[in-house]
Amino acid sequence: MAKSIKIRAKEKGGVTTVKALMTHPMETGGRTDKKTGKKIPAHFIQEVVCKHKGSTVMMAEWSGGVSKNPYISFKFSGGTKGDELELTWTDNTGGSDSMTSAIK
Amino acid sequence: MSTEMKRRIFLKRSLAAGTVGVAAAAGILAPQQILAAWNKEAFESKELSGALNALLGSSETAESADIKVKAPDIAENGAVVPVTVETAMEGVESIAIIASNNPVPLVANFVMGPGAAGFVSTRIKMGKTGDVVGVVKAGGKLHSAKKEVKVTIGGCGG
Repeated sequence: MAKSIKIRAKEKGGVTTVKALMTHPMETGGRTDKKTGKKIPAHFIQEVVCKHKGSTVMMAEWSGGVSKNPYISFKFSGGTKGDELELTWTDNTGGSDSMTSAIK
Repeated sequence: MSTEMKRRIFLKRSLAAGTVGVAAAAGILAPQQILAAWNKEAFESKELSGALNALLGSSETAESADIKVKAPDIAENGAVVPVTVETAMEGVESIAIIASNNPVPLVANFVMGPGAAGFVSTRIKMGKTGDVVGVVKAGGKLHSAKKEVKVTIGGCGG
């Protein structure tokens, strides 16, 4: 699960825009498998944390209502070019992944 | 279309009946240490007011013209509905995105750090036509704005 995150961050005029894509099935737990008639167990990202220089700039909590292979974008001020950004997600089965990227 | 509708209703009922079991199973499976912060009550609430109460401590929101909820008028595919919530307010603490007619209305809550601007964009699933509500917590108060999205094919059932 090493490459489940793509992250791009760009600084312009003091404001850093972060865009991130994660690869995840985002199963709500409400769907039924058409072949077996059984419920597909819930498997979705519950928490996404984005850190800049060790301090959290954005923390998201999700339900299964976020689309498969989630995309997020947000902005913050205080970042400068070359700074490291770290994005981590954790899902409801305890799986997680993180990725660091430099602000461009 | 009519069989489709019936199927949806059936699915909904079976979903409601199965909820207790699913919730119990989730409780056993979830590693509590890691997910201590995740607001289970809010994200499993079937009622919008219950979800807001559990998440933000209040369900009273004031409609505000300072918040822009950007979403398509018609979403052909309910599984992927791009939503952007933007506000120029100062001191934004959190932004919640709600699809009011979804089985679980609360879709996402973004807690913004000190330097973060009032802007989030993501893609959500919508079961059927309904309002997408953006709830912004700023200065200890809740503000909201909404936009109706018509969904041609729902994205919550199977």
